[in-house]
Amino acid sequence: MTVSRSDVRPIRTEAEVVAARQAVRSWAVEMKFSLIDQTKLVTAASELARNALNYGGGGQMRMEILERSPRQGLRLTFEDQGPGIADVEQALRDGFTTGSGMGLGLGGSRRLVDEFEIHSAPGEGTRVTVVKWR
Amino acid sequence: MERIPILKMGRFLLVTIQVDMHDQLALALQDDLTSQIARTGARGVLIDISSLEIVDSFIGRVLANIASMSRILDAETVVVGMQPAVAITLVELGLSLPGVRTALNVERGMELLHASLRAAELEEYDGGGEEDDAFGGHDGLS
Ligand SMILES: Nc1ncnc2c1ncn2[C@@H]1O[C@H](COP(=O)(O)OP(=O)(O)OP(=O)(O)O)[C@@H](O)[C@H]1O
Ligand SMILES: [Mg+2]
Repeated sequence: MTVSRSDVRPIRTEAEVVAARQAVRSWAVEMKFSLIDQTKLVTAASELARNALNYGGGGQMRMEILERSPRQGLRLTFEDQGPGIADVEQALRDGFTTGSGMGLGLGGSRRLVDEFEIHSAPGEGTRVTVVKWR
Repeated sequence: MERIPILKMGRFLLVTIQVDMHDQLALALQDDLTSQIARTGARGVLIDISSLEIVDSFIGRVLANIASMSRILDAETVVVGMQPAVAITLVELGLSLPGVRTALNVERGMELLHASLRAAELEEYDGGGEEDDAFGGHDGLS
């Protein structure tokens, strides 16, 4: 498997969250994902970018096109240096929130992609990686 | 700050969301709609989201908040024009939009608002015996 293209986008403001999901949309369109898969990817990106901003104090999104012939995948990695998550299992559960949200961002975005990975520990920040294949 | 315009049409308020909203803009719309309903006494709110390319948990919560606040202020909210791909994604995300009424397009949404306003007005004027007879269902059959 090789990475044929990559880019990094900042997630430090709400405007940059909007810009990040627009970048995901334009890559997904170029990669000829179906409209439904584009929508799922952009929605997952929106959830994870907002988490990085609101809970992680801001961070970045890495975008990568994966080549695994004959398939292509879009991999998105959201990273922040915030407080991290003590209990990841609990955070992934639908309805769990420490804010005023609905607690759907993590669990929901996991359902919207093909691969989902989260690394987080208190004091070490959070990294969430998702992949969708076409 | 940038704002989403709210149109007044008779006794209803109309909003067409045409931009990819950042979170503060969505919250501002929630506040603006609430104060406009209170100020104008509007009885219905129609929100056209046909240009929205995604509805995530944040926008979903804003739509649900608008619906429940307008209900408290005696106005009905209907969200129209959700794209099929958005609806499918929403379900998978786990969002159920509690209390939000939806319709296929603006026309159907307006019908829904008119119908619920008529129903509410019938209830408000209920109590007069004569009126009850007028709606008894036998008119025109004899
Ligand atoms: N990047 C992060 N850094 C620290 N904590 C996080 C991060 N992302 C998520 N969390 C924690 O996990 C919880 C669940 O996140 P999730 O996105 O599922 O729900 P939410 O953001 O609370 O609500 P919603 O996404 O539905 O608006 C958050 O409330 C927060 O405590
Ligand atoms: Mg979230």
